[in-house]
Amino acid sequence: MSEVMRTEASLSDTTMLEVSNLKRYFDVSRPFLNRVLEGAPRQILKAVNGIDFKIKKGETFSLVGESGCGKSTVARLIVGLYAPTEGKIEFEGRNIGGLSRREMAPLRRRLQMIFQDPYASLNPRWRVRDIIAEPLRAFDLESDEVGIERRVGELLSFVKLTPADGEKFPHEFSGGQRQRISIARALASQPDFLVCDEPTSALDVSVQAQILNLMKDLQREFELTYLFISHNLAVVYHISDRVGVMYLGQLAEVAPATTLFRDPRHPYTRMLLDTIPDLDMTGRQRMPVAGEVPNPITPPSGCSFHPRCPFATDRCKSEAPLPRDLGSEVFVACHGVEENRIPRGPVIDAPPALR
Amino acid sequence: MAMAEQTTPKPVQAPKGGAAAGGAMARFFDGDVWHSFKNSPITVVAAVVTVTIFLAALFAPIVSPHDPYDLMLLDVMDSFMPPVWEADGDPRFLIGTDDQGRDMLSTIIYGSRASLFIGFASVLLSIVLGVGLGLVSGFRGGMVDAFIMRVAEIQLSFPTILIALLINGVLRGVFPVEQQADVAYAVLILSIGVSGWVQYARTVRGSTMVERSKEYVQAAHVIGIHPTLIALRHILPNVMGPVLVIATIHLAVAVISEATLSFLGVGVPPTEPSLGTLIRIGNDFLFSGEWWIAIFPGAALAILVLAVNLLGDWLRDALNPKLR
Repeated sequence: MSEVMRTEASLSDTTMLEVSNLKRYFDVSRPFLNRVLEGAPRQILKAVNGIDFKIKKGETFSLVGESGCGKSTVARLIVGLYAPTEGKIEFEGRNIGGLSRREMAPLRRRLQMIFQDPYASLNPRWRVRDIIAEPLRAFDLESDEVGIERRVGELLSFVKLTPADGEKFPHEFSGGQRQRISIARALASQPDFLVCDEPTSALDVSVQAQILNLMKDLQREFELTYLFISHNLAVVYHISDRVGVMYLGQLAEVAPATTLFRDPRHPYTRMLLDTIPDLDMTGRQRMPVAGEVPNPITPPSGCSFHPRCPFATDRCKSEAPLPRDLGSEVFVACHGVEENRIPRGPVIDAPPALR
Repeated sequence: MAMAEQTTPKPVQAPKGGAAAGGAMARFFDGDVWHSFKNSPITVVAAVVTVTIFLAALFAPIVSPHDPYDLMLLDVMDSFMPPVWEADGDPRFLIGTDDQGRDMLSTIIYGSRASLFIGFASVLLSIVLGVGLGLVSGFRGGMVDAFIMRVAEIQLSFPTILIALLINGVLRGVFPVEQQADVAYAVLILSIGVSGWVQYARTVRGSTMVERSKEYVQAAHVIGIHPTLIALRHILPNVMGPVLVIATIHLAVAVISEATLSFLGVGVPPTEPSLGTLIRIGNDFLFSGEWWIAIFPGAALAILVLAVNLLGDWLRDALNPKLR
């Protein structure tokens, strides 16, 4: 992973997707009768609780965080599988949050998604050619069956499969091959923006690298913009231009990937980075991962990270921090960073496991 | 030993050619389902019995020695003939005749034809109703789901035969008396079919809710496929597996229901008897010594239902991955 590659990507400054104050709550209350009879309270799960970020055309923006922090909900909000409770999702300046199926139709072609589980994301009863042709037929992109067949073959070869594979069923493929089929389907409608929800987390490590490299090649070839969701820091480091660290439905830190890994500012980011194994056995001091993610139904007061944070003060317990611009595209939501009482210095100098 | 060694290369190549030519057939005979079928003698016997009865029913005009529906061929003088092995037996009538001089064997063959036709048709109606409502229920969720499932539970709290009788009674009330013989089949199919949809609906609803949250369905949503098409093209084919098993067992239940309704006198008309009608007719003469009129149709019904049930049980086990 060289510096040259990153700068070479020559990011334009056009904002493709902007998310502002995005919230999504889920009602997880007991049924009405139970609430009335047992006096059970209404329970609201704040899966995404007010996040802001921008994704520029041609870049890869990643969201990382532990399980249950709301990163997959963000992905589903953006492709319209969920409607936002509050806030805006602007795709090229147009708010697409909560549009109806019909209103969303013209944008669907340009906004596609790659899913996490390659064993569940392909209909087991459909042949691969029909799976990949589904967007072609839905968007009427080819005039006849001959055109569809030709295009499906082309898409299969983009993802390093052969046109003959189209005749097979998904169960005849390995996990990595299935994920390639999933990518081919997402590419079928020639989208500009791809939401990738943990596309490699269900795959073997060796296959992960293949899929990531394939995604990078495709990004260069088709000028794609990625929103990449993952809990795997090595994967995120490999693929991202900028990274957002999510904790309990909020963004703790947003920074360019190299900056984030060299100089993490938020204590939570530092804790995550300290979990990366160190092959050089330097024996350096690490910040041990303490505690668990709190229940998002009853989040802690103030900064939601304060129960696990070694630097927490009384202010952290009472007042929720807002994201602050620290310059050079770094945003951190932390009182400690603001008050300059969190020790700086590279926690790790280019993590060995990521080199 | 030497001979065995010499001949080994040949059989190795033979199945390969067969498999290439056979395709789907070869895969089926290599598969688990066929294997478990082969290793269950009871199932094989049940399958043979079922197929025999089905074929006999299907080709009743060819197979049966007499045509019990043709009133011109009946002779009252032939009535109440006992089976051939009894003292008064007539070699023309292998297992005797009924009160109208109809050959029992032929009547049973024609009767099982009527029973199976009504059974199949009502199972089909149940499937269409149950799968459709279950799919809507599981896919839409919310109020629609709550409504359909409450109706299902209410229906489930009554005995099936009571529901069938109720529908039967209402439908018969709708049609004038002179038409009732013509619509008897349709009324029976409707009442048995409508009384049996609940089980399909509940099963399909459950599987639909599982499939609905899978990523291939979400992928279709992201592409913007209409929800109705998603339900029909994506979810429906993936929830039909258990339906086949329920349908097999339900066929036996439907045949019994038809027999019960016909026995109670609200089934098919006596001129075109089903197995249930035959048992009812025979019941009248059971205590006057003409036992064969009730016993043989009863035995035929029992064997048919038992065979179909055994097939259904085997199918359920064979298709259940947890029991393999």
